[in-house]
Amino acid sequence: METLAFILHNLPAIGERTVEHVSIVSVAVGFAILTGVPLGIAITQSQRTADTVLYLGSIVMTIPSIALFGVLIPLLSKIGQGIGYLPAVIAAMLYAQLPIVRNTYTAIRNVDPALRSAAIGMGMSTSQRLLRVEIPIALPVIIAGVRIAVVINIGVTAIAAYIGAGGLGTFISRGISQTDIRQLITGALALALLAIAADYGLLWLQRRLTPKGAAERAG
Amino acid sequence: MIRLESLTKIYPSAHGGAASVDRVSFEVGAGETCVLLGPSGCGKTTTLRMINRLVAPTSGKVFIEGRDTSAADPVELRRTIGYVIQQIGLFPNMTVAENIGVVPRLLNWDRARMRRRAEELLAMLALDPAEFLDRYPNELSGGQAQRVGVARALAADPPVLLMDEPFGAVDPVNREVIQDEFLRMQKALRKTVLFVSHDIDEAVKMADRIAIFRAGRLEQYAAPDELLGRPANEFVASFVGSDRTLKRLRRISVSEVVNGAGGGDHTTAPHAPAVSPTDDLRRVATLFLEQGVDVLRCVDADGHFVGIVTRDAVAARLAAPAGALGASPQ
Repeated sequence: METLAFILHNLPAIGERTVEHVSIVSVAVGFAILTGVPLGIAITQSQRTADTVLYLGSIVMTIPSIALFGVLIPLLSKIGQGIGYLPAVIAAMLYAQLPIVRNTYTAIRNVDPALRSAAIGMGMSTSQRLLRVEIPIALPVIIAGVRIAVVINIGVTAIAAYIGAGGLGTFISRGISQTDIRQLITGALALALLAIAADYGLLWLQRRLTPKGAAERAG
Repeated sequence: MIRLESLTKIYPSAHGGAASVDRVSFEVGAGETCVLLGPSGCGKTTTLRMINRLVAPTSGKVFIEGRDTSAADPVELRRTIGYVIQQIGLFPNMTVAENIGVVPRLLNWDRARMRRRAEELLAMLALDPAEFLDRYPNELSGGQAQRVGVARALAADPPVLLMDEPFGAVDPVNREVIQDEFLRMQKALRKTVLFVSHDIDEAVKMADRIAIFRAGRLEQYAAPDELLGRPANEFVASFVGSDRTLKRLRRISVSEVVNGAGGGDHTTAPHAPAVSPTDDLRRVATLFLEQGVDVLRCVDADGHFVGIVTRDAVAARLAAPAGALGASPQ
C-alpha cells in the first residue's frame, strides 16, 4: 500500500524518468540501426570479416555495463562528458550493435541464392537488389534483432543511473542507497513494464513489416 | 540471333585450372530454340550464364544480333535478355503482377502499361489474370509458379530468352503440359531461345538445334533428327541412347513420308487406318504395330485423301542421310 501511495504521489517524476530512459534507449538504438544494418549487410561479402566483426561484438557483450561506464569516464572526461547522458548513449549503442549486426548478417545470408541469381540475371543493380529484394525479405529478422537490442538497452540504461544519466534506474539506485523499498519496487516495476511494452510494440511492427508473401500461408 | 565464338571459361584452381567451357562456338538463328544438352558438370549452364554475363568469359566472345556483348554494360544487357531458372526464383515479397513487372519497372514503364502487360502474359500462359495477378508466390502451385517465371522473363519482350532447366522442378505430368504450352507460345513469339537441359527427351521435343556437351567441349551441334540419325561419335550415341531411332520418330511428320517409296492413290488400301499429315511417326509406328498393317491412309483435316504411308517409305526416311531432307520444322 505504501508503495502504491508513493507511486501515485510521484507520477510526474516517474513520467519524467521514463522520458529520459526512452530518450537514451531510442537515440542509442537509432544510431545502432544506422551503423549496424549497413555493417551487417557489408560483412556478408566476406566470411572472414564477418567472423571478426561478430567476435568483437560478442566480446563487447561480455563486458559488464558498470565496467564499461568506468572505462568511458576517463575517455570522455577529455571533452568534459565523463558522466551523464553521452556515456550512457555510447554504452547502450555498443550493446545494441551485436544483436542488430548479427541478425542483419544472418537474414541477408539466408536469402535464397536463387532469388539473388534471378535478381542479378534480370538486370538489377546491387542497390536495387538490396532495396527491392534482399532487405524486404530480411526485414522481419532485422527487426527481431532491434527488439533484442531495445530490451538489452532498457536494462543497460537502468545501470546508467549510477553515472548520473537519469532514467528509471534512478529510483533503484536511490532505493538501494536509502534502503527505501518503495522506490526500489517503483523503479523495478516501471522498468519491467517499459521492457514488455517496447517488446510488444516492436513485435507488432515486425508483423506489420513482414512481406505478405513471406508470412506463413494463411488457412 | 546469337553467335558464340571460341567461348572459354577457366576457373583458377590449385592445379592451374581446367577449362570448364573450352572454345565453344556455335550460332543460333533468330527465332530458333537451341537446347544445350549434356551430363551435369559438362559446362552447359556455365555457357548459358556467359551469355548474360553472370559468368565472365575467360576468353572468346558472344554476339547478340551482331553486337559484341562484352562492349555492353552487363546490367543493361541483362534487361534485354529473358532469364528463367530451375528454382524459378519468384520474389516472395512481391505479388505475381509485381514479379512480372520487375524488368519493366527497371526500364521505367508506367504502372498501367506494366499491369496490361502482366494481364496479357498471364492470359497467354493459361492463367486467369483476375485470379492470379494479386496472389503471392506462396499461393501458387509449382506449375503455376513456373508459368509466372516464364511470364516474368518475357515481360519486356526481349528478343532472347535463356532458360536454365526451366521445367526441371515440375512433376512429369505438368512438365509435358508446360512444354506443350511453351512450344505453342514459341510458335507465335519466335524468340531466340537457349535452353539448358539434361533430358534427351525434352531436348528432342523442344529443340530446333541441339548442342551436346561433354567436359566443357561441344561434341555435336545439329538438328534433333540429324543428332539422332547420325551421332558424331560414341559419346553422343551413348548419351542419346540405344533407342535413338524411336526418339527420332517424334520429330518426323507424316507429311515427310506420305506417298514416299510406294506411291498409290485413293483406291489403294481403302480400309487402312487413317493418319493426319501433321501427326508424327510415333503415331504411324503405333498403328503399324497395333493393327498389323503395312499401309496407312493419310487424310487431312478436311477429310481429303492426301496419299498413303508405307513401311518402306518410313524405312527410307529413317535411312536417308539425316539432315539432307532438312530439319523438320517445329
